Amino acid sequence: MIDALLGTPPERRLLPGGRMSAPTPWLIAIMMFVMITVAAAGLALAGSARLVREGIAHRHSIQIADGRQFATAAVEAARHTSGVVKVTQVPEAELRATLGRWLGPLASNRDDLPLPVLIDVELAPGADPALLGAAVRRAVPSAQLVSHQARLRPMLAALSALSWIAATIVALIALATAAAVVLATRSALAANRSTIEVMHGVGATDEQVTRLFQRRIAFDALAGGLAGGGLAALVLLLATASGLASAGQWTGGGLLRAGDLAILVLLPFACAALATLVARRTVLGSLRAEL
Amino acid sequence: MRTAWQGGAACATSGAGEGRSRVLGTIVEFDRVGLRYGTGAEVLRDLEFRLGGGGFYFLTGPSGAGKTSLLKLLYLAQRPTRGRISLFGEDLSDAPREALPPFRRRIGVVFQDFRLVRHLSAFDNVALPLRVAGANEAEVEGPVREMLAWVGLADRGSARPPTLSGGEQQRVAIARAVIARPEILVADEPTGNVDAAMAQRILHLLTALNRLGTTVIVATHDLGLIAATPEAQLIRLENGNLVDPTGTLRNPPARFAATEDRR
Repeated sequence: MIDALLGTPPERRLLPGGRMSAPTPWLIAIMMFVMITVAAAGLALAGSARLVREGIAHRHSIQIADGRQFATAAVEAARHTSGVVKVTQVPEAELRATLGRWLGPLASNRDDLPLPVLIDVELAPGADPALLGAAVRRAVPSAQLVSHQARLRPMLAALSALSWIAATIVALIALATAAAVVLATRSALAANRSTIEVMHGVGATDEQVTRLFQRRIAFDALAGGLAGGGLAALVLLLATASGLASAGQWTGGGLLRAGDLAILVLLPFACAALATLVARRTVLGSLRAEL
Repeated sequence: MRTAWQGGAACATSGAGEGRSRVLGTIVEFDRVGLRYGTGAEVLRDLEFRLGGGGFYFLTGPSGAGKTSLLKLLYLAQRPTRGRISLFGEDLSDAPREALPPFRRRIGVVFQDFRLVRHLSAFDNVALPLRVAGANEAEVEGPVREMLAWVGLADRGSARPPTLSGGEQQRVAIARAVIARPEILVADEPTGNVDAAMAQRILHLLTALNRLGTTVIVATHDLGLIAATPEAQLIRLENGNLVDPTGTLRNPPARFAATEDRR
């Protein structure tokens, strides 16, 4: 098994230098650490956006400016509309408490700060919000129906953009890793030029020579990837366990699904596979430029 | 008119009758071969000769005559810029790269600078051709030990090249070149870095190998080596051409012999 992965002992002896002695594994470890933390952040942001979107997908607010006397009529009209699952009038005290965080004592003064009536309505999936709007307006002409999703669309768009930025950063790090592997492979080829010449001289095929470098780079990439991934996992777990609200959000705080975690776990292996493929193409390309 | 330099290829035996080596059919054929590096002048011009299997050949000539370039063509490290080269009956002048390794495995090479892998032991260096050919460790151990003993290095198998003397490194290089029983052995100045006694010992190894049927081609300046091998044939290069300006080449090639016959 080990021989299949790393080559036989004589094959391993052909390329000198201990594993992890070259900078490649360490470079890949650093890149993998950054890649996994950024990927975790991106997946957490995407998860946040998904949760928010799911939470508000069917929720609307009925607003009646300066019309407390119409609140009951609006609530009744909403309750009797087809497709309405839940109707809740937000208590005025709750609204003023919320505003009090920004406005202070002024928020509790009814004369200085009149508040509109706010009624939360949850529709069944597939229900038509236009029916609700028409029914409420028939009962209270001054009422306005506001879709939560429409109101939060800019924030959701921002979260989505941040997720895509994270994905782009991950892709760029993967490209940088590939570039580093190309340089490391070329350097290894140059350092082992005489060995390659001897091998070709005794009848080695390009495939045999390539396998030596491919295995070495694959091992280095896997070792570096697992080291960097392990460190990233540790940092993310510590940040989550520390109870820091921001860190909790950053790491997902429950926003990462099993699929997201699987992606993060697979990243080091995907990185090793990418490095192996890049090393193989680099070596073959270099050898084919010879006789 | 095409003239063929037949180093005994068409003969039943090589040399002038000593005949220790049985010469079989043509194993190497050069047909109007030219070689230039980059855009420089040709270093080899219109080489035409055939070598018979099982022969012993010395390639001589002054420094810069093109001996090493000719050897590179022989062990498939270089392609000719013109002409055709056939080895083992196959035209390999334009053979694709992936077709060459099986032919290289039939050719052993002893380099002037040994070209041993410095970080491998003598054992691993000698075992390299067998491992490249796909032999498993059980198939490698015995022959390599035997070969190291044959070259007098039975107790130096674990030594790395930098710890070996020049003569020892040369013998490891010879052992590596012959471990896979090549049909052709090419040696570039094999005695260039060793003392006279070691040169004699190396020559004995080469002639012993030749007796086993291997075609041996040795590039050398060493007149003592040539003198000690009377059955060997000579190929002389000057300025990239095959020549015999003085008519003193031993075992005159068939081209000249044929000319004499026609007279």
